[in-house]
Amino acid sequence: MPSDQFELETAPADVGTLRRVAIDPVSRVEGHGKVTLLLDDDDRVQQVRLHIVEFRGFEKFIQGRPYWEVPVMVQRLCGICPVSHHLAAAKALDHVLGVERLTPTAEKVRRLMHYGQILQSHALHFFHLSSPDLLFGFASEAGRRNIVGVAAAYPEVARQGVLLRKFGQEVIRLTAGKRVHGTGAVPGGVNRSLRREDRDGLLAEIAAIIGWSQQAVQLVKRLHAADPVLYDGFGTFRSNILSLVGTDGALDFYDGHLRARDADGQILVDGFPIENYQQLIREEVKAWSYMKFPFLAALGPQHGWYKVGPLARVQNCDRIPTPLAEGERREFIDHGQGKLIHAPLAYHWARMIEMLHAAETIEELLHDDDLSGSALTSSGARQRRGVGVIEAPRGTLIHDYQVDDDDLVSSCNLIVSTTHNNQPMNEAIRRVAQRYLNGRQLTEGLLNHIEVAIRAFDPCLSCATHALGKMPLQVELRDAAGILVGRLAAAS
Amino acid sequence: MPLPPVVILACGNPSRGDDALGPLLLERLQSWLDASATGAGCELLGDFQLQIEHALDLVGRRLLLFIDAGQQTPAPFVFRQAQAADGVAHSTHALTPEALLAVLLRIDHEPPPPAFVLCVRGESFALGEDLSAAAASHADAAFELLEALLRRPELDYWQSLLSR
Repeated sequence: MPSDQFELETAPADVGTLRRVAIDPVSRVEGHGKVTLLLDDDDRVQQVRLHIVEFRGFEKFIQGRPYWEVPVMVQRLCGICPVSHHLAAAKALDHVLGVERLTPTAEKVRRLMHYGQILQSHALHFFHLSSPDLLFGFASEAGRRNIVGVAAAYPEVARQGVLLRKFGQEVIRLTAGKRVHGTGAVPGGVNRSLRREDRDGLLAEIAAIIGWSQQAVQLVKRLHAADPVLYDGFGTFRSNILSLVGTDGALDFYDGHLRARDADGQILVDGFPIENYQQLIREEVKAWSYMKFPFLAALGPQHGWYKVGPLARVQNCDRIPTPLAEGERREFIDHGQGKLIHAPLAYHWARMIEMLHAAETIEELLHDDDLSGSALTSSGARQRRGVGVIEAPRGTLIHDYQVDDDDLVSSCNLIVSTTHNNQPMNEAIRRVAQRYLNGRQLTEGLLNHIEVAIRAFDPCLSCATHALGKMPLQVELRDAAGILVGRLAAAS
Repeated sequence: MPLPPVVILACGNPSRGDDALGPLLLERLQSWLDASATGAGCELLGDFQLQIEHALDLVGRRLLLFIDAGQQTPAPFVFRQAQAADGVAHSTHALTPEALLAVLLRIDHEPPPPAFVLCVRGESFALGEDLSAAAASHADAAFELLEALLRRPELDYWQSLLSR
């Protein structure tokens, strides 16, 4: 890690002469986020911070509920990745029921649901949130930089994005029972298998889904090849990485052990059992942010922070267990020329490789007759604690519950993907601010560079509230006394 | 089987205070339709947020209605017509009704059906909160409008009921 990693976090003690720029909330990022830039009289960036108003009401929301309600209720924590919470909770509560091994039908139905979620989430992120920046340029006309602009200029790309997303949602509907508020995963298993006619319907579409996923990977590769300096250098910083890997070292979004590598790619921790995650990870509190900063306990807060999500996963595993995605992973690894790739914009490339893998895995699962089996649940000796970890679209998601003898949840701890990436996102925007904003007059396009860096991580800020009029973008320039001296704004 | 000509798409999170307005109105509407003979031509859909794939739910319809909570909406609600709007630059993962119509226009290459938004004022949106008393009152007023709309699912009639 570079020695200057914290250089922009703390401004000089006397901030009275600095001006403050706030991007509040960050657009196209879920929930409430705010970026503040403190500038001096020469428009030089003195401090950059991403403030995430993380709602810490999770525990209160869940405590006191019967454990069997939890996999359904936790979906309401987040309107963007409800399936991730649904499955992480069910996995944790499997352990509370003493279930060490699900029936083949239960595990495969859950996996199908999860890979459907990965596919639809990655499609939404790339085609809706990121492709406008990547196809038109970070400083292009703001009014064009959206999914509608992409649909106008690249109609086939936009159409494929919509259909990929729709397919993933259909997989979720058929395995979870509903488009939203699904009930498919229950503690100890699932409450439904996949009907054969539903499986046949999905199989009829899967070839096109895989084909479009391949095209998406090619599109990202072309973007990288067209401007390697930008794609390899934009906001780039070195860090450790963390993810689940399968017990055989392969990429696995649903289950496995924890593995961490250092910034050079050397394995720091491997085969770490998920139930002991608190020995591996600690969380630091900083006075200026509601969101905690996780780090590897053995390395401490200054050197132990890490990236999660697609960029970490694709490089942390030994292989991807489907042929097309594995071919793309090898090409991606080769791009690093023997070094770990740390570029935030490479998240997009890794994400599309994962989408392709999800599509291939869905096809494999759909050919497995276990999906339509009748043994749905298992049981065991009741336990008081259960930990469930999955790789959600955005990264590692941890659910940890204590359940009393009265079957009510007495305590819980959740570490969501975006929290793991808190320090990396801050680091990325510091690099971008230093490179693109220093000494220049602020414009919407320049400020969008900050947002491009944040969006690469696909953060989801734990907020499913979306009421109309609630999410305007406001960029405010204030002096140290709080006087508004400039504003950029766009409707939500 | 032909698609019902009217689709109502309500958004919101039932566990986030007044964000529950959309799903609660949808639930109430379903009960009302079940109890009356009005429901055959109407499909009700609910979700946390509007997403790009919802554009596909709108294809081939005659009338569209979006229901959502609004934070700064005049009480008790605003009922307005929505047009496809390019140039919606910034949003979250979710889309506005206008942006969703624009996506539909681009991928379907046909003008979207006439679309309306019923935006009901909410006051508080915190996780775990119940619906506020004010929002419950706004929901009652909005439901009266919904009953009227579904009794006469006609473009001219809906336009005659737009908020002034």
